[in-house]
Amino acid sequence: MSAMLLNKDQWSAFVGKLAGEKKVWAPVKRGDIMRFEPLEEGAVPSLDFANTTVPPKTVVFPQTETLYRYRIGQAELAVPVLEGEAVLLGVRPCDARAMSIVQKLFRWDVDDPYYLKRREAATLVGLACSAPGTNCFCTSVGGGPASTEGLDLLMTDLGESYLLEALTDKGKALLEAAQDLLQEAPAGAVQEKEKVVGAAEKAIARSVDTTGIPQGLPGLWEHPLWQRTAAGCLGCGTCTFLCPTCHCFDIQDEVEGFEGRRCRMWDSCMFAEYTLHASGHNPRPTRRERTRNRINHKYNYFVQKFDVIACVGCGRCVNLCPVNIDLVEILRQVKEAL
Amino acid sequence: MDNANPYIPYMATIQETWYETSGDRPIKTFKVTLDDEEVRKNWSHRPGQCAMVGILGVGESMFCISCSPTEGDFLRFSVMRAGKNTQALHQLEAGDKLTVRGPLGNSFPLEEWKGKKILTIGGGIGQAPLRPIIEYVKAKRDQYAGLTVIYGARTSSDLCFKGELQEMMKCGEVCCHLTIDVEEEGWEHNVGFVPQALLDLNPSPENTIAITCGPPIMIRFVLQNLKKLGFADEQIYTTLENRMKCGIGKCGRCNAGPLYVCKDGPVFTYAQLKEVPEAFA
Repeated sequence: MSAMLLNKDQWSAFVGKLAGEKKVWAPVKRGDIMRFEPLEEGAVPSLDFANTTVPPKTVVFPQTETLYRYRIGQAELAVPVLEGEAVLLGVRPCDARAMSIVQKLFRWDVDDPYYLKRREAATLVGLACSAPGTNCFCTSVGGGPASTEGLDLLMTDLGESYLLEALTDKGKALLEAAQDLLQEAPAGAVQEKEKVVGAAEKAIARSVDTTGIPQGLPGLWEHPLWQRTAAGCLGCGTCTFLCPTCHCFDIQDEVEGFEGRRCRMWDSCMFAEYTLHASGHNPRPTRRERTRNRINHKYNYFVQKFDVIACVGCGRCVNLCPVNIDLVEILRQVKEAL
Repeated sequence: MDNANPYIPYMATIQETWYETSGDRPIKTFKVTLDDEEVRKNWSHRPGQCAMVGILGVGESMFCISCSPTEGDFLRFSVMRAGKNTQALHQLEAGDKLTVRGPLGNSFPLEEWKGKKILTIGGGIGQAPLRPIIEYVKAKRDQYAGLTVIYGARTSSDLCFKGELQEMMKCGEVCCHLTIDVEEEGWEHNVGFVPQALLDLNPSPENTIAITCGPPIMIRFVLQNLKKLGFADEQIYTTLENRMKCGIGKCGRCNAGPLYVCKDGPVFTYAQLKEVPEAFA
């Protein structure tokens, strides 16, 4: 039971089956924003999207989470019980890869229990891309429309049906749980999938040759391209908040009456306060330094530490930047300047 | 550190506090003990390491541990009043509670330095991470070839640990050179910036380790002058400070180039830092 077919007629039954076993998170559209939310009872998610506005990192790394609670004046700390198992349905391969990449950091030397427990409790059901978005460039950074890294199960849309390929034991368990809805995939199904994936790869319009960029970036420290790029930047932080590999956070105390909690929340290297010392000194005083750090962190520092580029080419930072700052274009300029 | 959950702090009680300096950004020292006996027994830190010190309901910040483990089973933090957390810390007195998370980061390789002459060059609050080295070497003086302290601040009232440094000078146990930026009535010691005081002293690099900490601008000139004096990059150490939140290499912000100050540091050799463009930013 590693490759099965699910007829699209059975989609809602399949979702119901999964929801009966575990909490299911799936893309939900509200207004212009699509994000992963816990599926309401009986709801059937649509898989008709290029990618969600907000990456599924929110499920394992919430925008704000409580590290522990306390009562003012008392010394007892209460650590919240992390939620149980979850199935993420319809994760794009780039976003799953991003979780594998970020996990390296959360495992580095000291384990981060909040991230890792949630990550271990999550089963990722991927959805191969058949129609990439305008600014997708996953194939330039080691990914692809049907990359399986980080996924437990990969679904590919074959028109009338979905091909379901289990990649891990967790994925196999899901297929077993829904086996009465599935048929053994015929020999031709995998070839058909390859055709879909091949067409998707061809449809990726944006690309950049990243070879030499990690090694070359230190030499471009004072290059005018950082000033040029930062000149238009508003410092809004969208590129980092909605980046599936961005993991930076702040830790703050919040108090209401006598109830307090120390919590962590997403932060962004594009904010001045991020590195501002209490003395008033700021080692990254302007957007130029912050932009340079953002690119260097993803394409240089992370590579030095973990041997992988911390960018999966999802294109969100390009799609959603209010002033059209374009990562692919920055990389192209970096490449040119090498 | 609680290995199962490194975000959970230990509870601690302030035993004693005193002001090191006055002025608009006073520095106050807190002598602290960890509440849990088991935790206190198992705690061990090395000179150079840091800890996240916090107040429940206010927040936590990273401070270097400004005492050597040879001084006893307590911790000391010397805190300049600068922002929200330090403002709240300065309100606290003996008996008040703190949260402590640590020890964090690497440390000065004092084992490796055995048999060598130790030279510390500090400026302002930058003397706080150097103090544990001084205390450690004093406690184990037979294992080291010598100890020289150069320390400066803007004015005499901005010098930390002044009492104990003057005591050391008096009894001649440590070769100690204090300096202030401008002339002051009644000041008997050196006047001038720390990098110049270093040049004037003209220490030999032979079998010597130099450790410097202070404002970035001071560090830059001290490094230049150490090079002039013939110190090799590997003989020069510094300890960096950046804004930190987690202290365990996750939250992202403290990096100087590819190095996380909290995990790869805070202690670095000049050989490690000289190619890192942001190191002294």
